Amino acid sequence: MSTRTFGEPIKRNEDRRLLTGQALFIDDVELPGMLHAAFLRSQVAHARILKIDVSRALQRPGVVAAYAADDLGDYWKPGPLLVPPPPIAGIVFNQRTQVPLARDKVRHVGEPLAIVIAESRYIAEDALDDIDIELDQLPAVVDLEKGLRAGSALVHDDLGSNVSAHVRQTKGNYAAAAAKADHILKRRFRYEHGISSPIETRGVVAQWDGRANQMTIWDTTQAPVFVRNGLAGILGLNERQVRVIAPFVGGGFGPKIMMFYPEEVLLPWVSMKLNRPIKWIEDRLEHFFATTHERGQIHDAEMALTRDGKILGVKDVFLHDGGAYDPYGLTVPINSQCTLLGPYVVPNYDSTFTQVFTNLTLVTPYRGAGRQHGVFVMERLLDLAAHELNIDRTEIRRRNLIPPGAFPYKQEIIYQDFQPLEYDSGNYEPVLDMALEAIGYQAFKAEQAAARLEGRHLGIGVACYVEGTGIGPYEGAKVHVQSNGKVSVATGIGTQGQGHFTSLAQIAADHLGVAVTDVDVVTGDTDQFYWGAGTFASRGAVVAGNAVNEASKVVRNKALKLASDLFECAEEDLVLEDGKVSIVGIPEKFVMLGDLARQANPMRGAVQPGTEPGLESTQYFGPRMGATANGVHAMIVELDPRTFDLKILKYVVVHDCGTVINPMILAGQIHGGVAQGIGNAFYEKLAFDDQGQLLNASLADYLLPTALEVPRVELGHTVTKSPINPMGTKGAGEAGAIPVGALFAQAIEDALDLKARGVELLEIPLSPSRLFELSRNAP
Amino acid sequence: MKPAPFKYIAATSLEHALALKAEYGDEAKFLAGGQSLMPAMNFRLAQPAILIDINRIDGLGTIRLHDGGGARVGALTRYRTLERDPGFAGMFPLIAEALPHIAHPQIRNRGTIGGNLSHADPASELPAIAVALGARFHIRAAKRQRWCDAADFFVGGLTTDLQPDEMLVEVELPSPEPRTGACFMEIARRRGDFAIVGIAVTITLGRLDDCAGVRLALCGVGETPIDASSAAGVLLGRALTEDAVRDVAACVQNMIDPSGSVHATADYQRHVAGVLTERALQTAYQRARDGH
Amino acid sequence: MDTDDHDITVSVNGVRYQRRVESRLLLSDFLRHDLGLAGTHVGCEHGVCGACTVLLDGEPVRSCLMLAVQAEKREISTVESLAGKDSEFHPLQQAMHDHHGLQCGYCTPGILMTMAAFLEETRSPTEVEVREALSGNLCRCTGYQNIVDAVMSAANRMRG
Repeated sequence: MSTRTFGEPIKRNEDRRLLTGQALFIDDVELPGMLHAAFLRSQVAHARILKIDVSRALQRPGVVAAYAADDLGDYWKPGPLLVPPPPIAGIVFNQRTQVPLARDKVRHVGEPLAIVIAESRYIAEDALDDIDIELDQLPAVVDLEKGLRAGSALVHDDLGSNVSAHVRQTKGNYAAAAAKADHILKRRFRYEHGISSPIETRGVVAQWDGRANQMTIWDTTQAPVFVRNGLAGILGLNERQVRVIAPFVGGGFGPKIMMFYPEEVLLPWVSMKLNRPIKWIEDRLEHFFATTHERGQIHDAEMALTRDGKILGVKDVFLHDGGAYDPYGLTVPINSQCTLLGPYVVPNYDSTFTQVFTNLTLVTPYRGAGRQHGVFVMERLLDLAAHELNIDRTEIRRRNLIPPGAFPYKQEIIYQDFQPLEYDSGNYEPVLDMALEAIGYQAFKAEQAAARLEGRHLGIGVACYVEGTGIGPYEGAKVHVQSNGKVSVATGIGTQGQGHFTSLAQIAADHLGVAVTDVDVVTGDTDQFYWGAGTFASRGAVVAGNAVNEASKVVRNKALKLASDLFECAEEDLVLEDGKVSIVGIPEKFVMLGDLARQANPMRGAVQPGTEPGLESTQYFGPRMGATANGVHAMIVELDPRTFDLKILKYVVVHDCGTVINPMILAGQIHGGVAQGIGNAFYEKLAFDDQGQLLNASLADYLLPTALEVPRVELGHTVTKSPINPMGTKGAGEAGAIPVGALFAQAIEDALDLKARGVELLEIPLSPSRLFELSRNAP
Repeated sequence: MKPAPFKYIAATSLEHALALKAEYGDEAKFLAGGQSLMPAMNFRLAQPAILIDINRIDGLGTIRLHDGGGARVGALTRYRTLERDPGFAGMFPLIAEALPHIAHPQIRNRGTIGGNLSHADPASELPAIAVALGARFHIRAAKRQRWCDAADFFVGGLTTDLQPDEMLVEVELPSPEPRTGACFMEIARRRGDFAIVGIAVTITLGRLDDCAGVRLALCGVGETPIDASSAAGVLLGRALTEDAVRDVAACVQNMIDPSGSVHATADYQRHVAGVLTERALQTAYQRARDGH
Repeated sequence: MDTDDHDITVSVNGVRYQRRVESRLLLSDFLRHDLGLAGTHVGCEHGVCGACTVLLDGEPVRSCLMLAVQAEKREISTVESLAGKDSEFHPLQQAMHDHHGLQCGYCTPGILMTMAAFLEETRSPTEVEVREALSGNLCRCTGYQNIVDAVMSAANRMRG
């Protein structure tokens, strides 16, 4: 064997179970005596609750229990603050977190009012109609600017306003820079991201065993360890009494790391009360309201430049729609604020945002997590500046790229990990060059002109971005050689399709000289690994991977030491491959790894303090800061000039995420991110009316891109290793999704010659109808 | 999202189905393909007390092509059966061209022409095509039957002429005229989505390649399919010209009443209705001349 | 209030089952929970996402839009029937594995059943035809590209 697998497109260990329909997803959990939950959810966005009476529901045959907020007693309390506000001077943060069941007031459509437990989900849904509800409807806060005006309805009455947070971060002195600028441009931008809409919705199964005094919770969470700790605390149990299992999860994308959702908090409580297992599976309609969103921001931004297009500074004031509660702190808008800087030198920056409470579903990170919004503003400002200064749009970007010698590059403002933003490494110009080459930028102008003579409207877009990845706090991994020679790896993160069962296996396999298929990876089970944070912010493979790397190295060294004692030779004379340790040059003198493992766990004799039995090690890795990946997307589109129908003719991504563990898995992540980016840019829009009602709460009307809307994506890579971690890796999970909105705006403007006609695309999402409306009055 | 309880009866014959509908009236709904009814029931937007499954009724899903032209299509005929019938596709290219726009293959395996027409969704393609082709519908009740022109069948959004005890059992499509070119075009956000605007056009040529007959119907721009054939009156007796086509398009834009949706403004619908009119007329004319 | 129950006999993956079901029980729930064939997944229950696609007498249909009672005397095939007797992968499964056509795997069974039926009918599809056939199955992870490659590759192999 001895082929290194690290860096190879190794096929996935987890595929067989998934391809044969044998993988366990949450709704596949079947337990004897299991009951089913359904939630009565508010149909209005804002109301006082006058009455909730569940007594009629209890009369229905098959209904076992029903609860409203008052039935929870002391258990009812607002959820914990998951992400405190970062240490930024002058910050305003008003903590208001979600509750298990609404009491006194309802603050968004879909907020749960009551829970019904029945023999089947069918009956539970029937019983929802039996519950008597009286609500006194209030005007809903939906529009961000109106929500901040005096006299607006208040989402949280005791607050006196709808301000969830107010943050200003500065670098240098923008005002001074602007005073000396040759050119200043100012625009208002609107960017809406959408919902994650994974094909599998959320679910929770809670099983309290009163005799074993043990709670087991299956949960589609991206953060099983945090959920275990938090729920144990909330339920008054010891941590070791609670086991949280994240089974196979059908897509996470961020909202499944929101924690202490009402359903997560209630199901275990009900299970303890009834001493029966309880299952709740979110249906698709619920998903539109009950799982967190990302939504919109309004930016009033300005950029000051020299006449040859060098950025002197950026000033940005924006509003961020946070939804009805803010348990996730400021992660999303801080990401917007930081990622706006992009791969560029921005010597002066003045960024202020207000996070606004609205009567809409909570906003927490969804793939990109606010980076899209920042990138849109920066990339559009550069495009507009390029047009006004008559500089090629790729040239203006080139002139402002952070040069390769400037790393680590300090951006000075505070990032979502509470550290001052610092880019660990990067080499941006080759990435731009590769992308321009791949998309055929030089030749395009001529192609575009030729096509126009045939009546075809082609346009090109190029957008640059950075992605902060691999942040702390830490992850851990336990690597263990079993007596059968196979290796077991356990870590605290969860997996939602990113291929951890393979990428983490590759790392261990290489160090331990075994086949990747002989490495069994366990993720997402708090009984298998106790500590960790979770899978989010493009950090899983980086942080857990580095922990696996460290633990594997320790186990390898243990194996070699044992073998050298056994053979009475030096460790340098040994080779570990094909599942065995042998002496260099004497292949017939070997010991199988499994036998070594058995010998390391003696039946007799002593194990000294300071050592452990077995061939096992648990190691943790906590980077002091994140690693910054970067990329460039380029796209050629064709627009029908009359219907504004859009077709993508070519799509290129060039990306640098440092050392690559598995290029096949990486490519898949980028393809998927781009698909979500295309959805965000041109198909997906949450349509709310002014009373906070979602008008398109179904997959027939919330448009996810299909195989006909997503093109083939051509990929290129450069490798700029991260100095922050021993493997040199950076994350890549969100890369595909980040610059796509900016790309569409630029390419469409180009195809329809909009700027020359006085029309600028300053909003996302777009659509044929929206393009018609925006351009209809142009000459 | 689980449906509310109902009583399920699998009808064993047409008579059985009609007798049940006579008994239960509006309390009962026919279950044909279920591709529109089941989503509504799963959302609990529809909660019929009785569900009469008509899928096992023999003889309700056949296509009969008449020797002299024209066809009778049973109401239970699945879209996929229509797609796969080369004789039918050859005789009615307008329908053949529209079928790939209707949802997706899995839906078309179950959905039926009768179910679709009875559901009368304003954005649905087949009602507009039925109007364009001058289709007639055979409607039966336990003790009555009648024929109804497509033009009279669609009364409002999701509302047809059907009485509570009636079922649409058969669609008669008249024999296509020789030298007729047809074109179906649609604007939708994604393939298979409901039409933002759809248009069905047939042009029959006279001896001198002049337009002897033009039929034009649109879906998605009114509560019912819009028969805009009268807008094409200006084309009769002449060859198609760009100016004439533009005039027709402008006239069509005035005849329709789009209401806008989350996907498109009413003005956009009106705008693309004009664009599709021009393009569909030109394509249909060319096809008539090319002998399609 | 008595529930409206019916006795049904249905063949699933070649095995005959006799059960008593409530009339409103969806076929998707019947397969997954009554028969324990949990490979068929539920994504939307309104017929859009395609995750629940099974074969009804060989034709792909949305099992969330059918009632279990409608399966009386019919033949259903689910993803559990694709692999061979000795767990040998169907060419489509092998191709999906080779081309990394799945990530979270949730939409995969629906795609496998849809494409298996498609390839029976269309032996030499073009990429456009594959994408059209795939357009009724939503995937949120892969961006479809590798799935298309997998189907083209499987078609090649199945043509022999």
